[in-house]
Amino acid sequence: MEDLKPRAGRPTDAAASFDWDALVHDDRVHRTIYTDPDIFAAEMTAIFGGTWTYLAHESQIPENHDFVTTLLGLRPIIVVRDAAGVIRALFNRCAHRGATVCRAAAGSARVFQCPYHGWTYFNTGKLSGVPWPDGYACDFDDAKYNLAQVPRVESYRGFIFGTLNPDAASLVDHLGPMAPIIDQWLDRHPGGRVRLCEANRLKYKGNWKLAYDNSADGYHVKFSHRSLLEMENRLKVGNQKGMSFYKDAPDDAPMYVQYLGNGNHFKDKRPNIEPRPGALWEIEGPHPGMEHFEERLRERLGEAAARALDLCASEPVNINIFPNLLILGNHIQVLQPRAVDETDTTWYGTAVVDDANELDGAVDDVNTLRMRALESFPNFGEVDDAVNFEEIQRGLMAEEDPWVYMHRGLDVPGRVKTDENGVITAPATDEVFMRETFKHWKRLMASPPKLTIQRET
Amino acid sequence: MSSAPDPKRTSHYVTDAFYDALVRDFTDWQKDDAVLGDVGLRDSARAFLEREARLLDRHLFADWLELFAGECLYWVPATPGGGDPRREVAVCLDDRRRLEDRVFRMATGFAWSQVPESRTVRLVTNVEPFATGTEGIFMVRSNFLINEFRAGESRSLAGWCGHRLRRVGDGFEILVKQVNLMECDQNLRNPSNII
Ligand code: FES
Ligand SMILES: [Fe+2]
Repeated sequence: MEDLKPRAGRPTDAAASFDWDALVHDDRVHRTIYTDPDIFAAEMTAIFGGTWTYLAHESQIPENHDFVTTLLGLRPIIVVRDAAGVIRALFNRCAHRGATVCRAAAGSARVFQCPYHGWTYFNTGKLSGVPWPDGYACDFDDAKYNLAQVPRVESYRGFIFGTLNPDAASLVDHLGPMAPIIDQWLDRHPGGRVRLCEANRLKYKGNWKLAYDNSADGYHVKFSHRSLLEMENRLKVGNQKGMSFYKDAPDDAPMYVQYLGNGNHFKDKRPNIEPRPGALWEIEGPHPGMEHFEERLRERLGEAAARALDLCASEPVNINIFPNLLILGNHIQVLQPRAVDETDTTWYGTAVVDDANELDGAVDDVNTLRMRALESFPNFGEVDDAVNFEEIQRGLMAEEDPWVYMHRGLDVPGRVKTDENGVITAPATDEVFMRETFKHWKRLMASPPKLTIQRET
Repeated sequence: MSSAPDPKRTSHYVTDAFYDALVRDFTDWQKDDAVLGDVGLRDSARAFLEREARLLDRHLFADWLELFAGECLYWVPATPGGGDPRREVAVCLDDRRRLEDRVFRMATGFAWSQVPESRTVRLVTNVEPFATGTEGIFMVRSNFLINEFRAGESRSLAGWCGHRLRRVGDGFEILVKQVNLMECDQNLRNPSNII
């Protein structure tokens, strides 16, 4: 592995030049962590790539030679399953003069030929050849002419992560108590797996952390999503639909929020729902085709329709894996910072895969309903949050009023509980998950890991 | 006595057969030999689309909903061409009830993505009607450019629409409106306004 001086030539070293303790307090953080381009630049190495960062899902590259392109921080990356089936994260950056070698969003390729001067690489990243090599005196077997790649790439149950920190703990250790929560999310499905499908893709002009801060925030729901709550219940007969459990006294409801270390947190709304098949479906708001497909599933499956219908409903959890992976409902949402004040949030849908026919031939109907349910929140919920993130970014332009408070629940006796494993649990509207995430963020920013890249030899 | 379910309240018409027809009707329909040269038809289709644009620009959403058939679809695909919505999510895929939900939500006054509301001016051009093989039903392709101003910023959204229209008296009703945004598979900032 090659040691890097990633910011060589820059006059300042962010880790040393900011007073992190002055920016991140127990109860509040300073506006500049959302607005300062130098802090953003430092995050793109200290956090994105400095810690395990979500890259892609294995179902996007099911066969050898399949690839998808993405970003790790701002680095262009090709996530590819190479000729031997090894998943790699190649830097999409020609070793010659730096052009991207792959410009497609996804596809299948045994080699990547740089469009600029034709240097060609195997999908392991190794250089296969350059045009007119007799014009060079160098030895192209030198590894420095192979594509750079992310030295540590690991998957947990289909979720592919990478880090440039060679000393990082294994991914599964890093996830720690998050791993069994991911298991539960997957194991509802036939075969314990899902397939990523198309996405609702949104963008907002605001810092990426505004979305991460929001991801387990139970305080905003009643207000930011007021129009959605009203809409979902405008025609209701019987049950309150959707997230109505946030409306009255959310802190007294059985749902809770947990902090699970390494910036990861979990909002569990399942305890609000009766623990029986079909109960989740009963609170689902309206979707196109809902009544027709429900009747069809009940006719076809009888009692077993309840489980199938629950798979069409939005699973009431938020599984937030720092810094960029938010598993919520049936979505796999990925945060992609673009600039200090610009973020893409891509809400991948997930489809049920039923190779063992556990759903007795109903998988297509389940997916049809599930696609419609998936569209609901990005259309009628997230758009309002995204505007609120943009309005925070505007509000934070007020330099003389720098503090962003996240002290809900802090020092309230008996409210926040820590178990013997360090897992912190609090009522649904508590901001403890944010406070703990910022402690983790501060540690990474104040002493960023030394990063490396790797090349085939 | 049984009566047909009210599509404003329950969604029984979005069936497999409905999706099959949707995919069929919106695949490969823009053929030269299907273009209807009838100037009168083209003119009335253009007038219909211009009125639709005016109602949206003026935020007369209840009137806009009246342009649609009872069993209708408003569809903004997330991939060029649209694929099969049973297998993929769309930017928007609204049956009658969800379309009314969309309008209802904006009218609550608490849909923050539309507070303040978008101001829009729509240009609708290149209107071409196509025959469908079904008497009284036409496909109409049109191009659009929407200039949108909201919260101190302006932007443009470009693309083309496929309207599946049914003749009703002297006018039309919309069976399906498919909106093909140029950036349909890209990350869209605040796509909360009706396109
Ligand atoms: S930059 Fe790729 S071959 Fe020159
Ligand atoms: Fe929200």
